[in-house]
Amino acid sequence: MATELLMPALSPTMEEGTLAKWLVKEGDTVTSGDIIAEIETDKATMEFEAVDEGIVGKILVEEGTEGVKVNTAIAVLIEEGESADDIKAPAPAAAEAAPVAQEAPTAAPAKAVAAVEVVSKASPDFPEGTPMKQQTVREALRDAMAEEMRRDENVFLMGEEVAEYQGAYKISQGMLDEFGAKRVIDTPITEHGFAGIATGAAFGGLKPIVEFMTFNFAMQAIDHLINSAAKTLYMSGGQMGAPMVFRGPNGAAARVGAQHSQDYAAWYSAIPGLKVVMPYSASDYKGLMKTAIRDPNPVIFLENEILYGKSFDVPDLEDFTIPFGKARIWREGTDVTIVSFGIGMTYALEAADKLAEEGISAEVIDLRTLRPIDYDTVLASVMKTNRCVTVEEGFPVGSIGNHISATIMQRAFDYLDAPVINCTGKDVPMPYAANLEKLALVTTDEVVAACKDVTYR
Amino acid sequence: MAPRKTASKPASKANVSKDELLAYYKDMLLIRRFEEKAGQLYGMGLIGGFCHLYIGQEAVVVGLEAAAKEGDKRITSYRDHGHMLACGMDPKGVMAELTGREGGYSKGKGGSMHMFSKEKHFYGGHGIVGAQVPLGAGLAFSDKYKGNDNVTFTYFGDGAANQGQVYETYNMAELWDLPVVFVIENNQYAMGTSVQRSTKSTSLYGRGKAYGIEGEEVDGMDVLAVKEAGERAVAHCRAGKGPYILEVKTYRYRGHSMSDPAKYRTREEVQKMREERDPIEAVRSILLTGGHASEEDLKAIDKEIKAVINESAEFAKESPEPALEELWTDIYADEIPQHNA
Repeated sequence: MATELLMPALSPTMEEGTLAKWLVKEGDTVTSGDIIAEIETDKATMEFEAVDEGIVGKILVEEGTEGVKVNTAIAVLIEEGESADDIKAPAPAAAEAAPVAQEAPTAAPAKAVAAVEVVSKASPDFPEGTPMKQQTVREALRDAMAEEMRRDENVFLMGEEVAEYQGAYKISQGMLDEFGAKRVIDTPITEHGFAGIATGAAFGGLKPIVEFMTFNFAMQAIDHLINSAAKTLYMSGGQMGAPMVFRGPNGAAARVGAQHSQDYAAWYSAIPGLKVVMPYSASDYKGLMKTAIRDPNPVIFLENEILYGKSFDVPDLEDFTIPFGKARIWREGTDVTIVSFGIGMTYALEAADKLAEEGISAEVIDLRTLRPIDYDTVLASVMKTNRCVTVEEGFPVGSIGNHISATIMQRAFDYLDAPVINCTGKDVPMPYAANLEKLALVTTDEVVAACKDVTYR
Repeated sequence: MAPRKTASKPASKANVSKDELLAYYKDMLLIRRFEEKAGQLYGMGLIGGFCHLYIGQEAVVVGLEAAAKEGDKRITSYRDHGHMLACGMDPKGVMAELTGREGGYSKGKGGSMHMFSKEKHFYGGHGIVGAQVPLGAGLAFSDKYKGNDNVTFTYFGDGAANQGQVYETYNMAELWDLPVVFVIENNQYAMGTSVQRSTKSTSLYGRGKAYGIEGEEVDGMDVLAVKEAGERAVAHCRAGKGPYILEVKTYRYRGHSMSDPAKYRTREEVQKMREERDPIEAVRSILLTGGHASEEDLKAIDKEIKAVINESAEFAKESPEPALEELWTDIYADEIPQHNA
C-alpha cells in the first residue's frame, strides 16, 4: 500500500518550511533511517529521515519549494509491485509565501453597524518615504548586532550556541564568520557564571551582549542581572556601572510546557537601574537593539520566539535607531485605547480589526519599552477615548497592565468612562496540552470582549 | 600541569629589605587601627547596618598588594575595608562611607559592603556571597580582550567556596585562560560554620584541580609568604597561563559582623591565634630582631597611624549626610525621563 510522506514539524514553532533538497529520486529504495531530504525550518536546516521502508513512488513537492505547510504530503512511498501511476496526486502542496503581519483588515461582513475606517499611523522613527525592505525579526536582530559590532570594537556576543552552532534560534547566524571567536563566544551551559563574567567585563569597560537561550534560563543568573548589573552604578555613587545587553526569547513559545513558557516583562520592569525593551515589529527590534547596545546601562531585551520568523517592513537605512521611552501608535482610533507590547500586539491588532468590523474604533499603542514607559502617549490617548484595555501574555498579578491601570487612575481618573481591563495570560503554570495552552494565553476574543465591555457594547 | 604544592611554603626572609618590612608593617597596622576605630564608631551608633571587620586577616591583602602592579584590578566580598586601604584608597573616604556621609566613596549610598574606586581599580564590595567571583573573572576577561597583561585579584572566603557559581567560573576561567588570581581567604568560619562542618573536601584550593587550575595553600598570617605566593600567581597569569588559586589560611579575630556573639569557637582558640600567629606582631618582631627598627621608631609609626585614623574618623563624623537629591541620582548613566506619578 502506498504511504504518504508528510512535511514534518521539526521545531516547536515551525508551521511551514522549505524543502531544500531531495536526497532520493523516484524509483529509489529507502529503508528506515535513510536520510531522504533536507528541510529548512525556522531554526535550522534539518535532515529528514525515512521511517518506513519502500520505493520512492512519486515526489510531490519539488526541491527548492518554500512555504511548505507542516503535514503536506511531499512524496509517496510504494511497495514492490505497485506502480507509481496508481497514485493520485493530492491537492497542490506548496503554500503561498508567509503572510506579513500587517495585513489590511478583512472586509466587514454585512452588519447593521458600519465598519470604522482604519487609520494606520506611519512610524515616527524615520522620515516618510524612507525606502523599506522586508525582513524577519530574526534578520533584523542579527543585522542590528552586526552593525553595532562593526561600529564598536568593545561590543561582543556571548552565550550558549551563539558561535559555531550559529545560534539556537539562528539569531547569530554568520556572526562567528565575520567577527571571529574572540567576539562571538560560545559558553558552557552555565548561566549564573557567564552572566557574572559578562557583568564583570562590563565593569571593566567592555560592552557585552549576553544571549540567554531563553529568559527562562536567566532565572539561574538573575542575581547578576539585578544585584550586580542594575545596582552597581548606584552603589558606587556613579563611578562604574554595567553598559550591557541581556537578550533572548521571552514568554511562551509553542507547546514547550511550564518551565519554558514565562513572560518576565513585569519582573524586570520592577527594577530601578535596568532598562527593559520588548518590541513587536522587526523595525523596532532593529532600531531598539541598536539603541540598547549603545546605552550606557544594563538593558533587558525581551524577544519572542514566535515573532522571530515574522516579516515586517524595515527601513533600508545605513544606521537607524529608535529612542527608548517612545511608544508607537499603530493605528488611531476614537472609542477605546488598547495598550500592548511584544507579542501582545498580535492580539491587540487582530482585535482592533475585528472591532472595526463592528463599528468600534480602537487606538492601538505599542509601548515598545517598559522601562522607561511612555506614559504620556498612553494618557493622551485615554484622555481622548476615555477607555483602556491592556494586553500582555504575562501573569495577571503585578502585571504591566496593573501598573498602567494604576497610572491612568492616578493621572487621568476623571477622563475614564469605564474601569481599565487588563487582558493577561491566566494565573496558571503553562500547560502542555494544545487546547489548554491556548486557553492559558490571552486571546484575541478576550481582547475584543474587553473592548466591548469598556465601550458598553 | 605542574605538581601541586601540598603545604604552605615558608617565606624566605633573607632578601626582604627594611623598607619593604616597614611598609608592610605600616599598611597592616593602618588596617588594624582603622577597623578598631570602625568598631568603636559602630558602638557609638555612627555606623549602621552590617559592618564586617578584617582584624587578623591583614597580611592577606597587604602581601598580595605587594605582588600587584599598576592597572591590576581587585574585587572582594563585603569584608572589604582592608582591601580598600591596602590598594591605596583614602581612609577618610572609606570611613565616611561607613558613616553614610557625602564624603564617602559612594557618596554614602553604598555603605560598608559597597564601595568602589575606579582610580584604584577596586571593583567592590559585593554583598551576595560568591557573586564577586564571576565578576572578577569578567574583569580579567576585559583585560585579556584588550590585550594587556593585567591581572585581577578575586577574593572570596571559605564560605563562598561552596557556592556553585565559583565552580562555573573556575571552568570558564581555565577554558579561556583568564588572568585571574582566585584568592580564597580561608578564615575557617563561614559566619558561624567552620570549614569542617560545611565540607569534607577541606582543601579548597585543591578543588581547582578538577578544572585544571593550579593553586597552593599559603600561610596567611605571614605577609612575606603571602607576597611570595602572590608573585608566583601573578607571574602565572601574566604569562598567559590562565587562572591560579591561592588558598590563604587566615583567621578573623572578631565576629562575622558586629552582632556576632561568636559562640561557635572558644575564647582560647582566638587568644592562641592572637598570641602566637598575629601577622603584625610577626613583622614587628623581624623589624626589631633584625635591627631594622627600634621600639622608638615603631612607636612613631603607631602615632602617625593613629593620627591618620583619628583624622578619618573626624572627617567621617563631620562630612554632611548626602543631599536629599542624591536619592535620585546614579540610577542610570544617562538622563531618562522621570514620569513617577
